[in-house]
Amino acid sequence: MRFSGLQVLKEGLTGNKGWGPHWRDPEPKSEYDIIIIGGGGHGLATAHYLAKEHGLTNVAVLERGYLGGGNVGRNTTIVRANYMLPGNSEFYSHSLKLWEGLEEDLNYNVMHSQRGIINLFHSDGQRDAFARRGNQMINQGDDAILLDTDGVRQHLPYLDFKQTRFPIYGGLYHPRGGSARHDAVAWGFARSASQRGVDLIQNCEVTGFDIVDGVVRGVQTSRGPIRAKKIGMAVAGRTSQVAEMAGFRVPIESHVLQAFVTEGLKPVIDHVVTYGMGHFYISQSDKGGLVFGGDLDMYASYAARGNLPIVEHVSEAAMTLMPVIGKAKMLRSWGGIMDMSPDGSFIMDKSPIDGLYINCGWCYGGFKATPASGHTFAHLLATDQPHPTTIRHRLDRFRTGRGVMDEEATGSQHNLH
Amino acid sequence: MRLRCPICGSRDRREFYYQGAAVMLDRPAPDAGEAAWDDYLHLRENSAGDVDELWSHDGGCGAWLVVTRNVSTHEIKAVRLASDVKEASA
Repeated sequence: MRFSGLQVLKEGLTGNKGWGPHWRDPEPKSEYDIIIIGGGGHGLATAHYLAKEHGLTNVAVLERGYLGGGNVGRNTTIVRANYMLPGNSEFYSHSLKLWEGLEEDLNYNVMHSQRGIINLFHSDGQRDAFARRGNQMINQGDDAILLDTDGVRQHLPYLDFKQTRFPIYGGLYHPRGGSARHDAVAWGFARSASQRGVDLIQNCEVTGFDIVDGVVRGVQTSRGPIRAKKIGMAVAGRTSQVAEMAGFRVPIESHVLQAFVTEGLKPVIDHVVTYGMGHFYISQSDKGGLVFGGDLDMYASYAARGNLPIVEHVSEAAMTLMPVIGKAKMLRSWGGIMDMSPDGSFIMDKSPIDGLYINCGWCYGGFKATPASGHTFAHLLATDQPHPTTIRHRLDRFRTGRGVMDEEATGSQHNLH
Repeated sequence: MRLRCPICGSRDRREFYYQGAAVMLDRPAPDAGEAAWDDYLHLRENSAGDVDELWSHDGGCGAWLVVTRNVSTHEIKAVRLASDVKEASA
């Protein structure tokens, strides 16, 4: 079924009885050309682009739980292309362009809203750093505008401009940045992949690999063995466990990142706003909830929930920057399991096992990458060559020290990103 | 989350700095080669169960600690002084 305005009108007038399931629920076959492990945003996007760009439809996505039940359903939905370093800059630029055509591509409303992102700065040094970043973004072909205090005030009149400890000097405005409806992104990719013939297998946990002479031949799963010529891993925070089954270790530590949402409010925050002095970012969902988050809890965790000190820290930052939201009631908080790489940039490469490909290390920034991660991972799986925008994202860059992409300039080692 | 420092007793998590997996205690020889150093610096087991971790009580006595913690439940199983762990393995 194709969605259209006419269809919505017709269904609205006839009791919405004509809508069917968005994807098939097939039994796993005994063999596929390509298996993707992980039915999250990146895995489903990979399946979509394998079918659409490469004509490969004898493909299965294996998901341990339900589609979109991991980080793609647990993030703060920000979409942006404001990276600086070669490697990241062209990749996220590529991703934003895919976002801009995504709804037509998928025939699905992912509620992509280019409401603009403003990164605030609070000192001369930060202004210089953001001016440099803005220039890099412009050189990449994306958009960036350096705002002074009055420029920020025109967009964000509700901020506390009088705070004396961290006065607002200005902000880097990225008008094409914004947000999207996270679940819809997963569902849109799933629906498109399924319609094109990809089997989406839920409740199917991979329990082992069949590897012969260093070549992967298939997987063992909770629903029986499945053979495949090529296998791609897109399992985010669980990468280490899946890699261990294949007999190798990865440069990943899994950490918890918390996010929070308030009760639904009338429109108050029109942009995505980030605070430069107390790791805090916020936007307002279309339902009216203020969606915000801050820093990692800063210890390894698979708990998908965090501890109270970060709740306090994030709330303090919120109150310092925008006391206007102080009476909003926090409705929910949750944590996602982040696959943290030593340099803070992702990894997309062949693995040490022939036929097994790895897509991980998204740290706390995987959502905005979803379309391009799928697009470039499909390219790698289909052609055995990295896409031009992921050529630097090699697995061996930590071992060799060549080409690490340390966006935050904190050093390329664990626990610094 | 609270950690029981062997010197100071039970303290709030905020007094402690997390360094990472306690494999950092086994520093390879300078000439051990690329693979050993890659293993030490980057590659991690990153288990979802009980993990030995290196924490510093930098808001207290300053001691380095080996904390055995379940990273799926956040339950603290044991806290030992890193110097004791090092001596025991020497």
